Amino acid sequence: MNANTGRRRAATGPQRHQPLARWAVVPLLLFVAIAFGIPALAMLGGAFTTSDAGPGTAVHYTTGNLTASLQGAYFTALLGSVKLSLTTALISTVVGLLLAQAVVTSRHGMLRHAVLSASGVLANFGGVPLAFAFVATLGNAGVLTQHLGLDKAGWSLYSFWGLVLVYLYFLVPLMVLTVISSLDGLRAQWREAARNNGATTWQYWRYVALPVLAPSLLGGFVLLFGSAFAAYATARAMVGASVPLITLQIANTLGGNVFAGQGNVGLAMSLDMVVVAGLVMAVYIPLQRRSARWLV
Amino acid sequence: MAGLTSLRNDTSLWRGGRKPRLRAGRGTILVVSAAYFAVPLIASVVYTVDDPVKGFTLSAYTEILSADGFLSALLLSLELATATIAVMLLLLVPAAIAVRLGGPRLRAVVEVVCSLPLVVPAIALAAGLTTVLKWGPEYLARTPFYQTIVALQNPNFPIVLTLAYVVMALPLAYRALDAGLRTLDVATLMEAAQNNGAGLIRAVTSVILPNLRAALLNATFLTLALVLGEFTVASILGFQPFAVWIVNGSNGAQGSVTIAVSVLSLLLTWGLLLMLSTGGGRRPTHEPRPTSGPHNEKEGTT
Repeated sequence: MNANTGRRRAATGPQRHQPLARWAVVPLLLFVAIAFGIPALAMLGGAFTTSDAGPGTAVHYTTGNLTASLQGAYFTALLGSVKLSLTTALISTVVGLLLAQAVVTSRHGMLRHAVLSASGVLANFGGVPLAFAFVATLGNAGVLTQHLGLDKAGWSLYSFWGLVLVYLYFLVPLMVLTVISSLDGLRAQWREAARNNGATTWQYWRYVALPVLAPSLLGGFVLLFGSAFAAYATARAMVGASVPLITLQIANTLGGNVFAGQGNVGLAMSLDMVVVAGLVMAVYIPLQRRSARWLV
Repeated sequence: MAGLTSLRNDTSLWRGGRKPRLRAGRGTILVVSAAYFAVPLIASVVYTVDDPVKGFTLSAYTEILSADGFLSALLLSLELATATIAVMLLLLVPAAIAVRLGGPRLRAVVEVVCSLPLVVPAIALAAGLTTVLKWGPEYLARTPFYQTIVALQNPNFPIVLTLAYVVMALPLAYRALDAGLRTLDVATLMEAAQNNGAGLIRAVTSVILPNLRAALLNATFLTLALVLGEFTVASILGFQPFAVWIVNGSNGAQGSVTIAVSVLSLLLTWGLLLMLSTGGGRRPTHEPRPTSGPHNEKEGTT
């Protein structure tokens, strides 16, 4: 019935505008084709070509760049990024779920509003200033490091776990935003029904709530993985190159720090990243649709 | 809501022993989270005003303005932001309105095009751009395109950064605009305006746009925050707007000035975004969707 109504609408009212409507989209498409399409194609092309005698000489096709991007230091960097992204996404998913649940079950409307606003802000903005805020707090000369004597206890911010700690600052809020509407969608009746059938709280979560939440939790996890994987500014400002990450390695090769004949390895690594990001989206979008089915 | 409240009362009668524990758990989570998110900010402020020798001082903040290159970097960022926002609105507003008037296929095309940048991380886009810019001296030196490539990289106003930032802002900005338009019956509004003798342009500017104020503001603020904080593309391409200046500046000796600038820019951007989430209208992507009219819901399901 809905489909019929929709079709009838489409056939009557708006159709008068359609030719004009198409034209209004043209500038956007042209812009994306130029500003996004050309660099993307240049990256793709560069990833599969090489000019061994330096710039300007004959160019030929090769898969050598891609092979090189999956070996040695480049592969270590890729693994490092995957490890960091998996760790941070996992922690943020758990913490974000707990925090969102605490907010949803609390009776204070103000708290909910405050947490949501703060999350919207924190999830959107990290980067360089955030890295420096952490340096001032937990870096070598940081306020907490000095006052609590953390450096004597072996703490270093410029390490894998230091980065994890900083990444959580924008990933946890992102998870809260992603999961909170799903938590709101858990109906009171489901809990009541479970209770009436003698389920404990644990059983309710294990057999009712978590299965319903699973698509949105997994979707959130994948989204967090993608954000952590693509992050560059925070890591660059904080650790320099002491933790191997694919983004740092790409920046390094683009800056010219490569062996001769490997100038395009950076482009091949970029292509690796695009593949990972594409996979993330391919998993995320169907999950998002699926979670919308139960939680209207 | 009533259902939730009554449920809570039931629970307390039914299983009184659990409630305090649940509450304690919730309290712990909230307190620990609040501490985690507040401590870096507080500590940064302490770091900037507490000099090991002189004690309390505000000199880190007063020295910002005279810091080398600060003003020009900030100015560059603001110029880039203005240009990016203008281009973004000029491209997206007509497209977002057209999507509401046109068929479902048009909508699908625009949605896919605006989501494409999500698949290409900023660093990969920057890598592609450096490749394109290198074509200038390598292949195009004797063609008119060379001048274009040179103009794109004008250090006073690098157009190429604006292009990149518009691309990067597309997913967020489109979603913000589309969420605003979802609450309007654009087709009927346009028809009504035109039946009353308004031309196409006038119908859009005097009927649709005023109704879109919150969504336009959302898209603008999100883009502004993105451009002011952007580091990746600018640093790879070798320009020095605000965020790049902070990092480069930190290589110099004045650590506390760098931190002071970071604190200020965090507070400034957060203030902007907070204003948006409380004043200018809700963040549409994250809050539960506003209840839309029956017409819109039908459209959504087809």
